[in-house]
Amino acid sequence: MGAAVATHWAARARRFEVNAATREPAWVKGSLITIALAFFGLFLLLPLVTVFAEAFRKGWQVYFAALVEPDALSAIALTLLVAAIAVPLNLVFGIAAAWAIAKFDFRGKQLLTTLIDLPFSVSPVIAGLIFVLLFGAQGWFGPWLIEHDVKIIFAVPGLVLATIFVTFPFVARELIPLMEAQGREEEEAAIVLGASGWQTFWRVTLPSIKWGLLYGVILCNARAMGEFGAVSVVSGHIRGRTNTLPLQVEILYNEYNFAAAFAVASLLALLALLTLVVKSLVEWRGRQPLNVGQESQGVSA
Amino acid sequence: MRAGKPHRVLPGFPLALGYTLVYLALIVLIPLSAVFLKSASLNWEQFWAVISAPRVLASYRVSFGLSLLAAAINAVFGLIFAWVLVRYHFPGKRIVDALVDLPFALPTAGAGIALTAIYAGNGWLGQWLEPLGLKVAFTPLGILVALIFIGLPFVVRTVQPVLEDLDTELEEAAASLGADRWQTFRHVLLPVLLPALLTGFALAFARAVGEYGSVIFIAGNVPLVSEITPLLIITKLEQYDYIGATAIAVVMLIVSFILLFLINGLQFWANRSRARS
Repeated sequence: MGAAVATHWAARARRFEVNAATREPAWVKGSLITIALAFFGLFLLLPLVTVFAEAFRKGWQVYFAALVEPDALSAIALTLLVAAIAVPLNLVFGIAAAWAIAKFDFRGKQLLTTLIDLPFSVSPVIAGLIFVLLFGAQGWFGPWLIEHDVKIIFAVPGLVLATIFVTFPFVARELIPLMEAQGREEEEAAIVLGASGWQTFWRVTLPSIKWGLLYGVILCNARAMGEFGAVSVVSGHIRGRTNTLPLQVEILYNEYNFAAAFAVASLLALLALLTLVVKSLVEWRGRQPLNVGQESQGVSA
Repeated sequence: MRAGKPHRVLPGFPLALGYTLVYLALIVLIPLSAVFLKSASLNWEQFWAVISAPRVLASYRVSFGLSLLAAAINAVFGLIFAWVLVRYHFPGKRIVDALVDLPFALPTAGAGIALTAIYAGNGWLGQWLEPLGLKVAFTPLGILVALIFIGLPFVVRTVQPVLEDLDTELEEAAASLGADRWQTFRHVLLPVLLPALLTGFALAFARAVGEYGSVIFIAGNVPLVSEITPLLIITKLEQYDYIGATAIAVVMLIVSFILLFLINGLQFWANRSRARS
């Protein structure tokens, strides 16, 4: 499949390069490629390489020592826990929202789609702030929570809530255009032939959306594990208790423990690379380009 | 089936829509409304005093000014980038194309410390730039670099599909009428690409205004000089000035909502002109 994809890619560009009307002089082409690659190297490749180079600067032993240190391990465990709660919740929501929006007509559909995108346009810091205003000591439910000895802010539930908020649209945004493009005929046929709603979903809808769904979940997970601003506001930065991996990076960095900070950051960079690999695989399977980075598609009109 | 109600073959509509609305209200709408309700405890003069304090005004200049500049730089280079990815073939193109999304996937804290390490006085690039009198890290220039990093994919990924869908016929017609490549680009292609380009610009701007993680490490965070508005919210929260933090958040939210509205309009325009061409 790899070779076929490569030829497909080359053929797409060649369509323009062989046509005299859509071809630029060689020096223009050369300069544009040079500019683009220089920009790419400076702003994308260099930061990525730097994370790994700095992480291994003091050698493998220091690298692994930084990762098995108790605070780092508890940050890894907490990050996994938060993602394990936030991602499935947003997955179920994404499927429900896409089913309602893509398979039915109703008034206010456009408004609902816009509202689902809302968390993308809110600063992560404000995403954290809203939960402090609700559940903090001075917040709406603060006195009640203190009375009943429930901690949300500066504790794990706050981290989970803030993470759910910032990753809220990911799965829905991926599924809505996909399910709209696929229409309703196949599901309607299944129902008419006597399948139940669940059977129709599992056997007809799910097989045709599984790659887009996988990509949405992967992207949602990357953001859930990597979120910094929102969790920073609600975490309270209690070492070994409420520090996720990105917050651990910040603490180590501010203590001038650069090798350890970059070692922890390299885990996050690996997660990013894995996400991009899965994205590429999903695209090649689906052939048609996905809503890459979905945020870039923003609100569908 | 009642009259006037459309007949639905597929099941699950009330459950799916009901669940969507309840979840949306609980996670997004009710918490967001807390910001507006909290700020209502201030009267107008108090509210105005908070959001127009000199330090806050300086942070708007830093956040909005640099975000605009970064989005403009990304619009130019993002367009070149998208053009090169669609029109030319060169070795390693697939890897370059896949890595364009890196800023979406790389957690912002990692990006922030990496950019700082590159541009600090002893960093890979900083050690060459500083003797030239160009200080990047811990200055507004550093913030600009971080905002360019996180905004680039927005422009590339909105322009790229439009370029890919473009028929060669337009350019062939222009060429047969005697236009050179630059004239064709300027008068034929750019008008077609403009809605997507502006959408990408607006998305990059909207993201940059609220950005926190990738900026704070490289910013230096000097009040009045290199302090971004989101950081000011956090500073106020740490001083237990919840009302102050909320008032600034209201300003930022209103700007975000206006941008969201604009982007919606731009995308509507982009889709329409795309359908026409």
